[in-house]
Amino acid sequence: MTAASDLASSYDLVIVGGGPAGLAAAALAARAGVSTVLFDENPGVGGQIYRAITSTPVKDRAILGEDYWDGAALAADAKASGALIVNGATVWSLDREKIVGVSVGGKARMIAAKRVIIATGSQERPFPIPGWTLPGVMTAGGAQTALKAQGLVTQGRTVMAGSGPLLWLLAAQTLRAGGKIDAILDTTPRRNWAMAMFHLPDFMLSPYFAKGLSLLREVRAKVPVHRADTIEAVGKDKLTEVVFANGSVERRLPADLLLLHQGVVPNVNLANAAGVAHTWNDRQLCFVPVLDADFGSSVPGIAVAGDGAGIAGGTAAAERGRIAAIAAVRALRPEATLPDTQAIRQKLQREEMGRAFLDWLNRPADAFRRPEGETLACRCEEVTAKQVRDTARMGCEGPNQMKAFLRCGMGPCQGRLCGLTVTELIAAERGTSPEQVGYYRLRPPVKPITLAELASLPISEAERKAVER
Amino acid sequence: MFKRLADAGSAVAITVDGKPVAARAGDTVAAALIAAGIDHCRTTPVTGAPRAPYCLMGVCFECLVTVDGVGSRQGCLVPVREGMKVETQLGRREAGR
Amino acid sequence: MARTADVVIIGGGLHGCSTALHLALRGLKPILIEKDYAGRHASGVNAGGVRQLARDLAEIPLSIASMDIWERIEELVGDNCGFESHGTVLVAESDEELAGFKARVDDLRLKGFTHEEMIDRAELKRLVPAVSDYCPGGVVSRRDGAADPFITTQAFRRRAVELGAEIVEGVTVTGLARSGANWRVETSDGAFEAPKVVNAAGAWADRIAAMLGEPVPLKVVAPMLMVTSRLPPFIQPVVILRGRKLSFKQRDNGTVVIGGGHLATPHRDSNETVIDWEKLAISARTVWELFPAMHEATIVRAWAGIEAYMPDGIPVVGRSSTSGGVFHQFGFSTHGFQLGPATGAVMAELVATGSTNTPIDGLQIERFR
Repeated sequence: MTAASDLASSYDLVIVGGGPAGLAAAALAARAGVSTVLFDENPGVGGQIYRAITSTPVKDRAILGEDYWDGAALAADAKASGALIVNGATVWSLDREKIVGVSVGGKARMIAAKRVIIATGSQERPFPIPGWTLPGVMTAGGAQTALKAQGLVTQGRTVMAGSGPLLWLLAAQTLRAGGKIDAILDTTPRRNWAMAMFHLPDFMLSPYFAKGLSLLREVRAKVPVHRADTIEAVGKDKLTEVVFANGSVERRLPADLLLLHQGVVPNVNLANAAGVAHTWNDRQLCFVPVLDADFGSSVPGIAVAGDGAGIAGGTAAAERGRIAAIAAVRALRPEATLPDTQAIRQKLQREEMGRAFLDWLNRPADAFRRPEGETLACRCEEVTAKQVRDTARMGCEGPNQMKAFLRCGMGPCQGRLCGLTVTELIAAERGTSPEQVGYYRLRPPVKPITLAELASLPISEAERKAVER
Repeated sequence: MFKRLADAGSAVAITVDGKPVAARAGDTVAAALIAAGIDHCRTTPVTGAPRAPYCLMGVCFECLVTVDGVGSRQGCLVPVREGMKVETQLGRREAGR
Repeated sequence: MARTADVVIIGGGLHGCSTALHLALRGLKPILIEKDYAGRHASGVNAGGVRQLARDLAEIPLSIASMDIWERIEELVGDNCGFESHGTVLVAESDEELAGFKARVDDLRLKGFTHEEMIDRAELKRLVPAVSDYCPGGVVSRRDGAADPFITTQAFRRRAVELGAEIVEGVTVTGLARSGANWRVETSDGAFEAPKVVNAAGAWADRIAAMLGEPVPLKVVAPMLMVTSRLPPFIQPVVILRGRKLSFKQRDNGTVVIGGGHLATPHRDSNETVIDWEKLAISARTVWELFPAMHEATIVRAWAGIEAYMPDGIPVVGRSSTSGGVFHQFGFSTHGFQLGPATGAVMAELVATGSTNTPIDGLQIERFR
């Protein structure tokens, strides 16, 4: 295990995140002779898609599916490449001088980098429905993580709800692992098909087409699927039932576990705090960093690869990581021998082909992105949708002002679970666009650190002199 | 809510609020809590509402617990260790405990 | 056609908004021009200390006048601004330091100021039970307190608008020149004209002064702050140190704001600041020694607001030395928040009547000639 004190004070390339983008980037850069460190906050590499790829207790390969096991080669390649891979390492700060604040084992270090690749991937889009904070309500991605990393499979009365490929994949994996699912509530708006159809021909050529169809068939054969345009989690101190409606018909399902999912969005916190410019992507309904063809951001020397650059999936993430790494190597070690970039770009293009169809089809309904009334928008500080809407109507123009008025986004999650909701609510109330409204200006540390950790930073030369004087 | 597949890792003994909980090697604290069927792992500082692990990937901060005396640790990022003491976190439970 | 007003105020920080409010109270029509939005910079993101303690003699009259306004802030702006009054305590970390504090407090008394009061070890422990035992005493200013900076700035802005002031946000001043009896203020959104102009442009105020042929040695700084997640209540007054840089306070919501003047790197053209964590680590170690209860507290955010620092550490308040009808109100040197309410009143008085009853000697721009 690498300890904080084992780290050098500087590296040519610092990669943040050990998912496919980070692993592929680290392997390529290290092999090209660049001193490379990869920080990942989880106990093992793989990111979310290949979560626990080196340690999963799920030995029956059919349960998680062959796509999952693709991650093993990526992880092995990165490990063999000579890159320093540090797990349990939380990067909590990055600035435009490319100084990286990282904590390992409760000790903090500031590390200087010549180049940085942010590969922090995606997170699930907030799914603010009434009762979504009740124990017994989790994200589908959370349940999938528990399956991959700990071999935990749902039992008891289980309902899954939402839209997007991951929901159906988790359902299939759960069934294969012997789990039971009482119902799936499909929230995909029917009218999405109208826009998605334009992109069907491309999607039919993508590798996801056949896989998607067979997943749907596999799940629908075993689980009742209901359409839902409203969903409520009900219970006093924990979930007891799920109430949903399709049009005027309301139904109630007793439930111990509700798994929510409506797609994934880039995890923008580190890039945002580093000063990377972002823009609103109206197809994916989220903020994405502004990037050049090599995934370089508006901050010189900082690239964003993988799903953090805009959602495209795990295979595309690895190719993006390679492209970003090639740009870094070219800048750091121009004499190095590099793989053929053109071939990588072509593979990436193929991977991205079906994306438009999936994006348009799975665009979550307005009602599930812009809650009303007492539904919590901000889980940490318990700020309701009504409070956000009222404050916007009273003249609050942006999320940063909203923070000051309501404290939304000021809790420990730092806006990860409310940022998009608050932006969209302000835009809706003020009759403007999310692009105009903008996102929270995020402040480091992007992950909370204890005072003890901060105090543990090595004492600088300047401070030592000040004390001696 | 969750059961373990047969081939889970070797046993690791931890305590949660003083009571023994059988975790497995490879568990994070949050995973051990949901595997043990624990209802909630903290209450909120604002209204005292109970919360349980939600995302298990480090973004939601619902699984904040006290681990070996250090408050507000993200349970989903901390691997279990033999003898680890986990405490559920009540509201503003950090300083002056 | 240029838009016209009685006064154009440049800068929508607390000072500009306060001056707008007080001008409107006097029946004048001000237009305030702000390049971002009111309270975007230091006014909105400072530590919120409402402190008379440990101020330069030249600004004590302004500070005392401000305190009177703070104590009835809701009457003035229709919002309590989160103002809470539990005093400020300057903690001595050694007997030698305590003796130095006593010399200052004695000197203030001779000059007629009684707001600073020496306290011994027992009174320090009573006021701040969480403080480490090695501290022998300190100084308290009992009427001091803290408020919410952004809410305060917005409250002044809102009240000013209600009273007839016009606030123009997202508009940058690009030029300032005489136009007959008026001053013509060129902006990114057209021209404004008024016989009087107030330069309350904070970290950008030197650029306005330069347009008047009045260069000032303003340093752009960004004092850093950090805040913890919510903690159980354990301290009421604001605590500051002198020897080491620290200001420390717990808000009603339980969060603890830690500051004290360590500086980030400011980039005033892009509104960005780069945090210096090695300096914040010094603050963390200071807190560690002073408040053992804080060891496991988690830091959730650090930030810095961009503002102006003058070489002598006190603001520029008063008439322009080159340009009749122009007034300066900037350079508050990391302690302007408490001064905002009264400085706006004094500035409005100065603009409207040509003089003020509150002494501002020593704050004029001439001192930098």
